[in-house]
Amino acid sequence: MAVTLDQTIAQKQHTLLSKLFASQTFWVVIAVILACLFLSFATDAFATQKNLYNITRNITFVAIIALGMTFVIITGGIDLSVGSVLCLSSMVLAVTMHAGYSIEIGILASIATALAIGAFNGILIAYLGFPPFVVTLGMLSIARSLAMVASNNTVVFQFGPDHNKLLALGGGAWVFGIANPVLYMILLALITGFILRWTKFGRHIFAIGGNEHAATLTGVPVRQIKVAVYMISALSAGIAGIIQTGWLGAVTTNLGTGMELQVIAATVIGGANLAGGVGTAFGAIVGAALIEVIRNSLGLLGINAFWQGVFIGGAILLAVLFDRIRNFRRND
Amino acid sequence: MAVLELTNISKHFGAIQAVNDVSLSIEPGQVVGLMGDNGAGKSTLVKMIAGNFRPSHGTMQMDGKDLILHKPVEARQHGIEIVHQDLALCNNLTAAANVYLGRELRRGVGPFRILDYASMYKRAGQIFAELKSETRPRDLVKQMSGGQRQAVAIARTMLSQAKIVLMDEPTAAISVRQVAEVLNLIRHLRDQGIAVVLISHRMPDVFTVADRVIVMRRGRKVADKTIASSSPEEVTGLITGAIEQV
Repeated sequence: MAVTLDQTIAQKQHTLLSKLFASQTFWVVIAVILACLFLSFATDAFATQKNLYNITRNITFVAIIALGMTFVIITGGIDLSVGSVLCLSSMVLAVTMHAGYSIEIGILASIATALAIGAFNGILIAYLGFPPFVVTLGMLSIARSLAMVASNNTVVFQFGPDHNKLLALGGGAWVFGIANPVLYMILLALITGFILRWTKFGRHIFAIGGNEHAATLTGVPVRQIKVAVYMISALSAGIAGIIQTGWLGAVTTNLGTGMELQVIAATVIGGANLAGGVGTAFGAIVGAALIEVIRNSLGLLGINAFWQGVFIGGAILLAVLFDRIRNFRRND
Repeated sequence: MAVLELTNISKHFGAIQAVNDVSLSIEPGQVVGLMGDNGAGKSTLVKMIAGNFRPSHGTMQMDGKDLILHKPVEARQHGIEIVHQDLALCNNLTAAANVYLGRELRRGVGPFRILDYASMYKRAGQIFAELKSETRPRDLVKQMSGGQRQAVAIARTMLSQAKIVLMDEPTAAISVRQVAEVLNLIRHLRDQGIAVVLISHRMPDVFTVADRVIVMRRGRKVADKTIASSSPEEVTGLITGAIEQV
């Protein structure tokens, strides 16, 4: 009897393969690969170096913020302010550099702004018990308005003495002809993945999303961690803003409008659960990739761009549908 | 010597006297059933021992030394562990992750420290084996039965050298077979010299596993006697007030 008990305990419940098939991220990867294969054969323009360069670079801005959003969503929260924070950070960078300061000071000011906004969101949510949806909805409005105030609602396209450095930072391709933003994205994804899997902080984020009350009772510093995740989310928006400024070479006050929805869509398609407790860095990237491939393919296939929303919305629903089907099967 | 000794403990919230002049002592390796109707003061008493509330009057001593608790974490540092009624488990994490929640093992140097999965799985597995539970450290808690979930919550208390474990209604919401499992877990704790305070409404559980029973009514301790010298009928009388005091 004891032997059988030990045997059962020793037996791993999931083989690697069954785990893979059960993961939403896996199926989204398959979908991306199939779409890419299809487009390579169906169109001449897809598998060109220039198009792939564009796609990979376009993925990055949504993907980088989706990485930050993943932290928030795992805790069971939401951050609607990221699009506006991206705009404000870009504008702070642009205005600072336009005024003649160096790129270092510009980036520092931009990052500091993002972190301050994240801390503000986090403190209201964690210490004063405001609902995340409401706080970040308010910040969505506030941050964009501040960006307009900072720039007097003008377009900034001259970045002072370090103008060219900034453009190279965002627009260059320093390694193997891969667009710089893609390199930043990969680096940030690795860092995010590491934090989620290998640190105490990452473990506590999952615990808060799973059962906040339990996390509190077992001595997890829930409030501090919640403030930290909103700071990370805002930071990711700030970083994306800096890179995007360098790439575009100009900042307008409508930069990043509606981006929060794309970011949340990418996170959810990649397998994160809005109820909290589930999410991965890889999933955020893959979700962003699927959205971009859909966008790109519609253009190449000559489908009216107005259909974009339908396909992206459909992808969101489909991803969640798979999740529901798995749950139904489990409950049976 | 008593592991925990309460002397003339009272707690009032404004005009409400939740606990009134209670003294009791708990010996190592003893299972004490704490019984009483809703509002009798059981929870308030336990929360004072757990560091959630500070007593209005009276003193607590642990191993002969004064015990003053400001936060639940301090209680834990003194070797007082609590199994909460809702178990405080995260469904999305593995059994081992739940056991180590809030005190994860890490390896590495200085700021570069990563979670030590291997050690946590190993130690959690050992604890489950000690508890004779078939819980597997790598399983997600959401896939577990009520008894296994109890084992995870109880395993938490065995991580550190707990001296006293407070269990809040551990058998309230689980099946009959799982109740037996949980009572066995309690016996394992006792056999290791840990004192267990079992807060329960269920008469059979207390009479099966406890050595002593303490009954509270309206904030006062109305009985404190060995199980052998009491009976379920007497305890019921004490809880309801049909028997005034013994």
